[in-house]
Formats: sequence, C-alpha cells, structure tokens
Amino acid sequence: MAHRYDQTGIRIGMWLFLYTEIILFGGLFVLYAAYFHQYPSAFADGGRELSRGIGALNTIILLVSSCTVAASITAIRHQAKRLCLLLLAVSFSCGGFFLLNKYFEWGYKFAHGIYPNSPVLTGGPAGRNIFFGLYYVITGLHGLHVLIGMTLLALSFVLVYKNKITGQRFALLENSGLYWHLVDLIWIFVFPLFYLIL
Amino acid sequence: MDSAEPHPIIPYQTLILVLAALLVLTGVTIGVSYLDLGVFNVPITLAIASAKASLVLLYFMHLKYEGIAIKASFIGTICFLAIMISFTFWDIAFRH
Repeated sequence: MAHRYDQTGIRIGMWLFLYTEIILFGGLFVLYAAYFHQYPSAFADGGRELSRGIGALNTIILLVSSCTVAASITAIRHQAKRLCLLLLAVSFSCGGFFLLNKYFEWGYKFAHGIYPNSPVLTGGPAGRNIFFGLYYVITGLHGLHVLIGMTLLALSFVLVYKNKITGQRFALLENSGLYWHLVDLIWIFVFPLFYLIL
Repeated sequence: MDSAEPHPIIPYQTLILVLAALLVLTGVTIGVSYLDLGVFNVPITLAIASAKASLVLLYFMHLKYEGIAIKASFIGTICFLAIMISFTFWDIAFRH
C-alpha cells in the first residue's frame, strides 16, 4: 500500500525542535552577555585560564564531523552505502574525541579546585565564580547534546546498515545530521565566548 | 516545494570547500583574539562566528535549498533571539 512519505514535513518538524534549542542556548548566552558586561576583567582572566589549544582542537573536530555527516547524506543519495557508513563512523568517533578532550579539560580544572561550588571559586572573586559557573553549565549542556547527537548518529548507522535508511528514505539520517550541525553551531559561539575573550 | 523530490544533492567538493572555509575562519578568529582591538574585540569575534554559523546553516544544514516554510521560520527565530538578547542587554547596559 502506498504510504505517503512527506520528507519536507519531517524536516520542518525537526527544524521546529531546533528553534527551541536555539532559544534554550540563546537564554544562556543572554546570561553570559549580562555578566560579561558586569565583570569584563574577571571574564577575560577566566578565559585566559582555559586552554586555547584544546578549545581550537575541539572546534576543528566538530567542524570536520559536521562535514562528514553532511557528506554521508550525499553518499547515501548516491547509493554509496559503504561510504555513508564510513562517514557516519568517522563523525561518531569525532564526537567521542570531543568528549574525551572535554573530560581531560574538566579533569584538569577539577584537579585545580575549579568546579561548581568549590571553595576556590566560592571564596574567590564573584566574577570568576560566575565565569566558571557559566562555563560548566554551557559546556556541560553542550556536552549532553554531543552525547545525544552521537546516539542519533549511531542509530542512523545501524539503520543504514540494515537498509532501513536508503537513498530514497533518508529522513532520519537527515534529521540526525541537522541535530549534529546544531551541536556544531552552538560550539561555534561557545568557543570564542569562553576561550578567546581577551 | 514538492516533497517527493527532495532538495538537490550537495556535491562532495562543495562540502570540502565549506569545511576549508570554516577552518580558515577558525584560524582567523584565533589569530584576531591575540590582537587587542579595544571595543571591537567582541563585535569582530561575533561577526566571524556568525559567518561560520551561516556557512554551516546554508550548506551543511541545506538551508539554502529549503522551501519558504523553513527559511521564514528560521529567520523568525533569529529575529526573536535578537530581540531577546538586545532588549535584555539594553536594560542591563542603561540601568544605572
């Protein structure tokens, strides 16, 4: 029986969800802007304490993974299933590397007594406490999105493997890709705001 | 837009070029961060980030090839975000 398959409608639904995500992170960026206005020097000092190297590496990892996810859609539409699977595996691994870097980065900060509600932060200047508070909330929420994105990529991988996602029916892969790109988009703003502020 | 015929397949070359541009812009934003441009620090950083975001949206997320429903609703969301950020910030900046 012919079952109507509205690929555009499915994408519109995904975009509507992405708008709520944009507003969610937008709210946190408003908070960042307000406190940056209040404590500009504390934010600049806090930014210098973060590793630009790890931040830049994670930016490159996410940009490459976004490209490979987009390429996996091109691959499946050219009926190149193996290439699509390879590209999805690369994207998934990039997500893993990103989280590994975040683990070392956070671990290093924790070892120096910088974690939410730590005596070093609560006993120190208010601006520094707020900077690192925002850093943990925003990068933590972003990290959670990376995890969800990786889950969706893994699901897409399995469905491509089982021929449930094909060159004709690839809406789930496309929507997983959209989610992954959103994670990348948010990081594009998180990176300069936290790591590169003078 | 006919839902039976999805948007065009984006060639690999285009995706690679977009990635190259994104990596170059990342290099530029890191380079610029070492220069003290005074009041222009934040606007320039945000301008580069917005350029990168636009590339991701237009090509990786296919926004360039979408129909009017997704394009218009996306622009609406960005307008709302701009209102949320700017009105809140005006309040804070001019409160005292």
